[in-house]
Amino acid sequence: MAKTIELEIFRYRPEEESEPTFQSYEVPFNEEWVVLDAINYIKDEIDGTISHRWSCRMGVCGSCGMMVNRVPRLTCAAFLKEYYPKKIRVEPLDGFPVERDLVTDMDGFVSKLTDVSPWIIRNEGEEKPVEEGTYLQSPHELAEYKQYSMCINCMLCYAACPVFALDTNFLGPAAIALGQRYNMDSRDQGRDQRQEVIASHDGVWHCTFVGECSAVCPKDVDPAGAIQRAKLSSTTDYFKDLLMPWGKRK
Amino acid sequence: MSYIRKVPNTWWLQRKPYFLFIVRELTSVAVAGYCGFLLYLMYALSKGPVAYSDAIGLITHPASYTLHMIGLLLVLYHTITWFNVTPKVLVFHLGEEKVPAVIIAGAHYAGWLATSALVAWLLLGTGTSV
Repeated sequence: MAKTIELEIFRYRPEEESEPTFQSYEVPFNEEWVVLDAINYIKDEIDGTISHRWSCRMGVCGSCGMMVNRVPRLTCAAFLKEYYPKKIRVEPLDGFPVERDLVTDMDGFVSKLTDVSPWIIRNEGEEKPVEEGTYLQSPHELAEYKQYSMCINCMLCYAACPVFALDTNFLGPAAIALGQRYNMDSRDQGRDQRQEVIASHDGVWHCTFVGECSAVCPKDVDPAGAIQRAKLSSTTDYFKDLLMPWGKRK
Repeated sequence: MSYIRKVPNTWWLQRKPYFLFIVRELTSVAVAGYCGFLLYLMYALSKGPVAYSDAIGLITHPASYTLHMIGLLLVLYHTITWFNVTPKVLVFHLGEEKVPAVIIAGAHYAGWLATSALVAWLLLGTGTSV
Protein backbone atom coordinates (compact mmCIF):
# COMPACT_ATOMS: atom_id res chain seq x y z
CA MET A 1 0.00 0.00 0.00
CA ALA A 2 1.74 3.21 -1.19
CA LYS A 3 1.98 5.98 1.39
CA THR A 4 -0.28 8.98 0.96
CA ILE A 5 -0.69 12.33 2.66
CA GLU A 6 -3.73 14.58 2.88
CA LEU A 7 -3.68 18.17 1.67
CA GLU A 8 -6.49 20.47 2.76
CA ILE A 9 -6.59 23.32 0.27
CA PHE A 10 -8.29 26.72 0.41
CA ARG A 11 -10.73 27.06 -2.48
CA TYR A 12 -12.40 30.23 -3.66
CA ARG A 13 -14.12 30.53 -7.01
CA PRO A 14 -15.71 33.98 -7.21
CA GLU A 15 -18.08 32.96 -10.01
CA GLU A 16 -19.44 30.06 -7.96
CA GLU A 17 -19.33 31.08 -4.32
CA SER A 18 -19.27 34.13 -2.07
CA GLU A 19 -17.36 32.40 0.76
CA PRO A 20 -14.24 30.25 0.53
CA THR A 21 -14.20 26.55 1.42
CA PHE A 22 -11.57 23.90 2.04
CA GLN A 23 -11.16 20.86 -0.17
CA SER A 24 -9.18 17.78 0.84
CA TYR A 25 -7.06 15.70 -1.51
CA GLU A 26 -5.09 12.51 -0.92
CA VAL A 27 -1.74 12.62 -2.77
CA PRO A 28 1.10 10.09 -2.94
CA PHE A 29 3.73 10.64 -0.30
CA ASN A 30 7.25 10.85 -1.66
CA GLU A 31 10.43 11.58 0.37
CA GLU A 32 11.68 14.07 -2.22
CA TRP A 33 8.40 15.90 -2.80
CA VAL A 34 7.66 19.40 -1.66
CA VAL A 35 4.20 20.91 -1.14
CA LEU A 36 4.39 22.44 -4.63
CA ASP A 37 4.89 18.95 -6.14
CA ALA A 38 1.77 17.80 -4.30
CA ILE A 39 -0.29 20.77 -5.55
CA ASN A 40 0.94 20.22 -9.11
CA TYR A 41 0.03 16.53 -8.77
CA ILE A 42 -3.48 17.55 -7.68
CA LYS A 43 -3.80 19.88 -10.65
CA ASP A 44 -2.46 17.33 -13.14
CA GLU A 45 -4.13 14.16 -11.86
CA ILE A 46 -7.03 14.92 -9.53
CA ASP A 47 -8.57 18.38 -9.92
CA GLY A 48 -7.56 20.62 -12.78
CA THR A 49 -9.66 23.51 -11.49
CA ILE A 50 -7.22 24.44 -8.73
CA SER A 51 -5.39 27.75 -9.32
CA HIS A 52 -1.94 28.51 -7.93
CA ARG A 53 1.21 30.46 -8.78
CA TRP A 54 4.64 28.90 -9.19
CA SER A 55 7.63 29.13 -11.50
CA CYS A 56 11.24 28.22 -10.78
CA ARG A 57 10.45 25.51 -8.18
CA MET A 58 13.86 26.16 -6.63
CA GLY A 59 13.41 29.07 -4.25
CA VAL A 60 14.61 32.00 -6.37
CA CYS A 61 11.55 33.44 -8.10
CA GLY A 62 9.28 34.09 -5.13
CA SER A 63 6.08 32.99 -6.90
CA CYS A 64 4.94 30.01 -4.84
CA GLY A 65 4.51 31.57 -1.40
CA MET A 66 1.52 30.22 0.55
CA MET A 67 0.41 29.62 4.15
CA VAL A 68 1.37 26.04 5.00
CA ASN A 69 -0.16 25.04 8.36
CA ARG A 70 -0.49 28.74 9.14
CA VAL A 71 3.17 29.54 8.45
CA PRO A 72 4.18 31.52 5.31
CA ARG A 73 6.45 29.26 3.25
CA LEU A 74 7.73 28.88 -0.28
CA THR A 75 5.86 25.72 -1.25
CA CYS A 76 8.86 24.68 -3.37
CA ALA A 77 10.93 24.61 -0.19
CA ALA A 78 8.43 22.95 2.17
CA PHE A 79 8.98 19.20 2.12
CA LEU A 80 6.02 16.85 2.60
CA LYS A 81 8.18 14.81 4.99
CA GLU A 82 8.31 17.77 7.39
CA TYR A 83 4.58 17.25 7.95
CA TYR A 84 3.97 13.55 7.22
CA PRO A 85 1.86 11.76 8.36
CA LYS A 86 -0.21 14.76 9.53
CA LYS A 87 -2.37 16.60 7.02
CA ILE A 88 -1.17 19.80 5.43
CA ARG A 89 -3.40 22.87 5.26
CA VAL A 90 -2.56 25.17 2.35
CA GLU A 91 -3.96 28.69 2.11
CA PRO A 92 -3.13 31.84 0.16
CA LEU A 93 -0.68 34.24 1.85
CA ASP A 94 -2.25 36.16 4.75
CA GLY A 95 -2.97 39.85 4.44
CA PHE A 96 -3.74 39.91 0.74
CA PRO A 97 -7.10 39.78 -1.05
CA VAL A 98 -7.78 36.40 -2.64
CA GLU A 99 -8.47 36.46 -6.36
CA ARG A 100 -9.03 32.75 -6.72
CA ASP A 101 -8.02 29.64 -4.73
CA LEU A 102 -4.36 30.15 -3.78
CA VAL A 103 -3.83 33.25 -5.93
CA THR A 104 -3.64 36.64 -4.20
CA ASP A 105 -3.93 40.20 -5.46
CA MET A 106 -0.36 41.54 -5.43
CA ASP A 107 -1.09 45.05 -6.72
CA GLY A 108 -0.83 46.70 -3.29
CA PHE A 109 2.56 45.12 -2.69
CA VAL A 110 3.95 46.12 -6.09
CA SER A 111 2.87 49.73 -5.68
CA LYS A 112 4.66 49.87 -2.33
CA LEU A 113 7.90 48.79 -3.99
CA THR A 114 7.57 51.68 -6.42
CA ASP A 115 6.82 54.10 -3.57
CA VAL A 116 10.36 53.78 -2.14
CA SER A 117 11.98 54.90 -5.44
CA PRO A 118 14.04 51.74 -5.90
CA TRP A 119 16.70 53.10 -8.26
CA ILE A 120 19.99 54.97 -7.94
CA ILE A 121 19.21 58.64 -7.35
CA ARG A 122 21.98 61.17 -8.03
CA ASN A 123 22.04 64.84 -7.06
CA GLU A 124 21.46 67.42 -9.73
CA GLY A 125 24.65 67.71 -11.80
CA GLU A 126 26.34 64.74 -10.18
CA GLU A 127 25.37 62.13 -12.72
CA LYS A 128 28.46 60.42 -14.07
CA PRO A 129 28.39 60.53 -17.88
CA VAL A 130 28.56 57.20 -19.65
CA GLU A 131 31.98 58.02 -21.16
CA GLU A 132 33.50 58.26 -17.70
CA GLY A 133 32.60 54.65 -17.03
CA THR A 134 30.79 53.03 -14.13
CA TYR A 135 30.55 54.19 -10.53
CA LEU A 136 33.30 52.43 -8.61
CA GLN A 137 32.40 50.51 -5.49
CA SER A 138 34.62 48.60 -3.09
CA PRO A 139 33.72 45.13 -1.78
CA HIS A 140 33.15 46.74 1.62
CA GLU A 141 30.70 49.27 0.15
CA LEU A 142 28.89 46.41 -1.58
CA ALA A 143 28.69 44.46 1.65
CA GLU A 144 26.85 47.38 3.28
CA TYR A 145 23.70 46.75 1.28
CA LYS A 146 24.11 43.36 -0.39
CA GLN A 147 21.96 41.49 2.11
CA TYR A 148 19.00 43.80 1.38
CA SER A 149 19.40 43.26 -2.36
CA MET A 150 18.70 39.52 -2.04
CA CYS A 151 14.94 39.97 -1.71
CA ILE A 152 12.94 37.85 -4.18
CA ASN A 153 9.66 39.68 -3.54
CA CYS A 154 7.97 36.51 -2.32
CA MET A 155 5.80 38.43 0.18
CA LEU A 156 6.23 35.85 2.96
CA CYS A 157 7.30 38.72 5.22
CA TYR A 158 4.02 40.56 4.64
CA ALA A 159 2.08 37.39 5.38
CA ALA A 160 4.00 36.98 8.64
CA CYS A 161 3.57 40.58 9.79
CA PRO A 162 0.68 41.13 12.24
CA VAL A 163 0.89 44.90 11.71
CA PHE A 164 0.29 44.45 7.99
CA ALA A 165 -2.51 41.96 8.68
CA LEU A 166 -4.29 44.56 10.78
CA ASP A 167 -3.50 47.58 8.57
CA THR A 168 -2.60 47.04 4.94
CA ASN A 169 -1.49 50.67 4.64
CA PHE A 170 1.76 49.65 6.36
CA LEU A 171 4.60 50.02 3.86
CA GLY A 172 5.89 46.65 5.01
CA PRO A 173 9.17 44.75 5.41
CA ALA A 174 10.17 44.10 1.79
CA ALA A 175 9.51 47.66 0.61
CA ILE A 176 11.48 49.18 3.48
CA ALA A 177 14.33 46.70 3.04
CA LEU A 178 14.39 47.66 -0.65
CA GLY A 179 14.50 51.34 0.29
CA GLN A 180 17.41 50.61 2.64
CA ARG A 181 19.14 48.68 -0.16
CA TYR A 182 19.34 51.95 -2.07
CA ASN A 183 19.88 54.20 0.94
CA MET A 184 22.96 52.20 1.86
CA ASP A 185 24.33 51.94 -1.67
CA SER A 186 27.38 54.20 -1.90
CA ARG A 187 26.40 55.18 -5.43
CA ASP A 188 23.03 56.52 -4.29
CA GLN A 189 22.34 60.05 -3.05
CA GLY A 190 18.59 59.78 -2.63
CA ARG A 191 18.09 59.05 1.05
CA ASP A 192 16.41 62.38 1.76
CA GLN A 193 13.99 61.80 -1.09
CA ARG A 194 12.99 58.41 0.26
CA GLN A 195 12.61 59.64 3.85
CA GLU A 196 9.15 61.04 3.30
CA VAL A 197 7.89 57.58 2.46
CA ILE A 198 10.15 55.45 4.65
CA ALA A 199 10.10 57.58 7.81
CA SER A 200 6.38 58.16 7.67
CA HIS A 201 3.71 56.83 10.02
CA ASP A 202 2.81 54.15 7.48
CA GLY A 203 6.52 53.50 7.01
CA VAL A 204 9.00 52.36 9.64
CA TRP A 205 7.07 53.87 12.54
CA HIS A 206 4.19 51.46 12.05
CA CYS A 207 6.55 48.57 12.79
CA THR A 208 6.54 47.17 16.33
CA PHE A 209 9.51 44.82 15.76
CA VAL A 210 7.65 41.56 16.02
CA GLY A 211 10.50 40.11 13.98
CA GLU A 212 8.50 37.39 12.23
CA CYS A 213 9.27 38.89 8.83
CA SER A 214 12.95 38.06 9.25
CA ALA A 215 12.11 34.66 10.71
CA VAL A 216 10.18 33.56 7.58
CA CYS A 217 12.41 35.20 4.97
CA PRO A 218 13.82 32.44 2.71
CA LYS A 219 16.74 34.64 1.64
CA ASP A 220 17.96 35.93 5.04
CA VAL A 221 17.34 39.53 4.01
CA ASP A 222 16.52 40.45 7.63
CA PRO A 223 13.94 43.13 6.83
CA ALA A 224 13.28 43.62 10.56
CA GLY A 225 16.91 44.69 11.00
CA ALA A 226 16.64 47.01 7.99
CA ILE A 227 13.55 48.65 9.48
CA GLN A 228 15.06 49.18 12.93
CA ARG A 229 18.21 50.69 11.40
CA ALA A 230 16.00 53.01 9.36
CA LYS A 231 14.20 54.03 12.57
CA LEU A 232 17.54 54.83 14.20
CA SER A 233 18.88 56.79 11.24
CA SER A 234 15.69 58.79 10.74
CA THR A 235 15.67 59.64 14.47
CA THR A 236 19.28 60.84 14.41
CA ASP A 237 18.50 62.82 11.25
CA TYR A 238 15.56 64.46 13.00
CA PHE A 239 17.72 65.59 15.92
CA LYS A 240 20.56 66.67 13.64
CA ASP A 241 18.12 68.81 11.67
CA LEU A 242 16.67 70.22 14.87
CA LEU A 243 19.98 71.02 16.55
CA MET A 244 22.16 71.73 13.52
CA PRO A 245 19.88 72.94 10.74
CA TRP A 246 22.80 74.40 8.80
CA GLY A 247 24.36 70.98 8.13
CA LYS A 248 23.89 69.48 4.68
CA ARG A 249 23.42 65.75 4.34
CA LYS A 250 24.06 63.39 1.41
CA MET B 1 -14.39 39.90 -6.92
CA SER B 2 -11.45 39.50 -4.53
CA TYR B 3 -12.17 37.99 -1.15
CA ILE B 4 -10.83 39.80 1.91
CA ARG B 5 -10.16 37.51 4.87
CA LYS B 6 -10.84 38.87 8.34
CA VAL B 7 -8.15 38.76 11.04
CA PRO B 8 -9.51 37.08 14.20
CA ASN B 9 -9.00 38.84 17.54
CA THR B 10 -7.22 35.70 18.69
CA TRP B 11 -4.50 36.06 16.02
CA TRP B 12 -1.83 36.41 18.70
CA LEU B 13 -2.82 33.11 20.30
CA GLN B 14 -2.43 31.09 17.13
CA ARG B 15 1.36 30.92 17.00
CA LYS B 16 4.05 31.00 19.67
CA PRO B 17 6.13 33.87 18.19
CA TYR B 18 3.06 36.11 18.16
CA PHE B 19 2.15 35.16 21.72
CA LEU B 20 5.68 35.88 22.98
CA PHE B 21 5.59 39.20 21.13
CA ILE B 22 2.38 40.27 22.89
CA VAL B 23 3.81 39.18 26.26
CA ARG B 24 6.90 41.26 25.50
CA GLU B 25 4.79 44.29 24.68
CA LEU B 26 2.62 43.88 27.78
CA THR B 27 5.69 43.79 30.05
CA SER B 28 6.03 47.51 29.34
CA VAL B 29 2.90 47.91 31.48
CA ALA B 30 4.88 46.43 34.38
CA VAL B 31 7.78 48.81 33.63
CA ALA B 32 5.48 51.82 33.50
CA GLY B 33 3.65 50.61 36.61
CA TYR B 34 6.88 50.37 38.56
CA CYS B 35 7.89 53.87 37.47
CA GLY B 36 4.54 55.09 38.77
CA PHE B 37 5.20 53.26 42.01
CA LEU B 38 8.63 54.94 42.42
CA LEU B 39 7.03 58.33 41.77
CA TYR B 40 4.48 57.54 44.47
CA LEU B 41 7.32 56.71 46.89
CA MET B 42 9.05 60.02 46.14
CA TYR B 43 5.76 61.85 46.60
CA ALA B 44 5.21 60.13 49.97
CA LEU B 45 8.77 61.08 50.97
CA SER B 46 8.05 64.70 50.12
CA LYS B 47 4.99 64.66 52.34
CA GLY B 48 6.97 63.94 55.49
CA PRO B 49 7.85 61.05 57.84
CA VAL B 50 4.27 59.90 58.55
CA ALA B 51 3.27 59.68 54.92
CA TYR B 52 6.60 57.99 54.11
CA SER B 53 6.29 55.34 56.85
CA ASP B 54 2.76 54.63 55.59
CA ALA B 55 4.22 54.03 52.14
CA ILE B 56 6.87 51.71 53.59
CA GLY B 57 4.11 49.85 55.41
CA LEU B 58 2.46 49.29 52.05
CA ILE B 59 5.70 48.00 50.49
CA THR B 60 6.42 45.53 53.25
CA HIS B 61 2.94 43.98 53.04
CA PRO B 62 3.15 40.31 51.86
CA ALA B 63 1.01 41.05 48.81
CA SER B 64 3.54 43.68 47.87
CA TYR B 65 6.39 41.13 47.89
CA THR B 66 4.39 38.90 45.51
CA LEU B 67 3.64 41.83 43.20
CA HIS B 68 7.31 42.83 43.27
CA MET B 69 8.42 39.31 42.35
CA ILE B 70 5.98 39.17 39.44
CA GLY B 71 7.02 42.67 38.43
CA LEU B 72 10.69 41.68 38.57
CA LEU B 73 10.11 38.69 36.28
CA LEU B 74 8.21 40.86 33.79
CA VAL B 75 10.85 43.60 33.83
CA LEU B 76 13.61 40.99 33.42
CA TYR B 77 11.82 39.55 30.38
CA HIS B 78 11.39 43.06 29.03
CA THR B 79 15.07 43.87 29.47
CA ILE B 80 16.52 40.60 28.20
CA THR B 81 14.37 40.54 25.05
CA TRP B 82 15.35 44.15 24.32
CA PHE B 83 19.09 43.73 24.93
CA ASN B 84 19.11 40.64 22.71
CA VAL B 85 17.69 42.53 19.73
CA THR B 86 19.83 45.68 20.03
CA PRO B 87 22.52 44.21 17.72
CA LYS B 88 19.87 44.33 14.97
CA VAL B 89 19.41 48.06 15.54
CA LEU B 90 22.96 49.17 16.35
CA VAL B 91 25.09 48.07 13.43
CA PHE B 92 28.64 49.41 13.68
CA HIS B 93 31.68 48.78 11.56
CA LEU B 94 35.21 48.80 12.92
CA GLY B 95 37.13 49.20 9.68
CA GLU B 96 35.89 46.46 7.40
CA GLU B 97 34.42 44.21 10.08
CA LYS B 98 30.97 44.46 11.57
CA VAL B 99 31.04 44.62 15.37
CA PRO B 100 29.76 41.18 16.51
CA ALA B 101 26.26 40.95 17.96
CA VAL B 102 27.58 39.49 21.20
CA ILE B 103 29.65 42.63 21.82
CA ILE B 104 26.69 44.97 21.31
CA ALA B 105 24.36 42.94 23.52
CA GLY B 106 27.21 42.21 25.94
CA ALA B 107 27.90 45.91 26.41
CA HIS B 108 24.29 46.42 27.47
CA TYR B 109 24.45 43.57 29.97
CA ALA B 110 27.74 44.93 31.29
CA GLY B 111 26.19 48.37 31.75
CA TRP B 112 23.25 46.76 33.52
CA LEU B 113 25.57 44.84 35.84
CA ALA B 114 27.63 47.95 36.58
CA THR B 115 24.55 50.05 37.38
CA SER B 116 23.08 47.30 39.56
CA ALA B 117 26.40 46.96 41.40
CA LEU B 118 26.43 50.72 42.03
CA VAL B 119 22.84 50.70 43.35
CA ALA B 120 23.57 47.66 45.51
CA TRP B 121 26.65 49.37 46.95
CA LEU B 122 24.68 52.56 47.66
CA LEU B 123 21.85 50.72 49.40
CA LEU B 124 23.71 47.93 51.15
CA GLY B 125 27.40 48.78 51.24
CA THR B 126 27.15 52.13 52.97
CA GLY B 127 24.86 50.67 55.63
CA THR B 128 21.99 52.94 54.61
CA SER B 129 18.70 51.78 56.04
CA VAL B 130 15.38 52.56 54.40
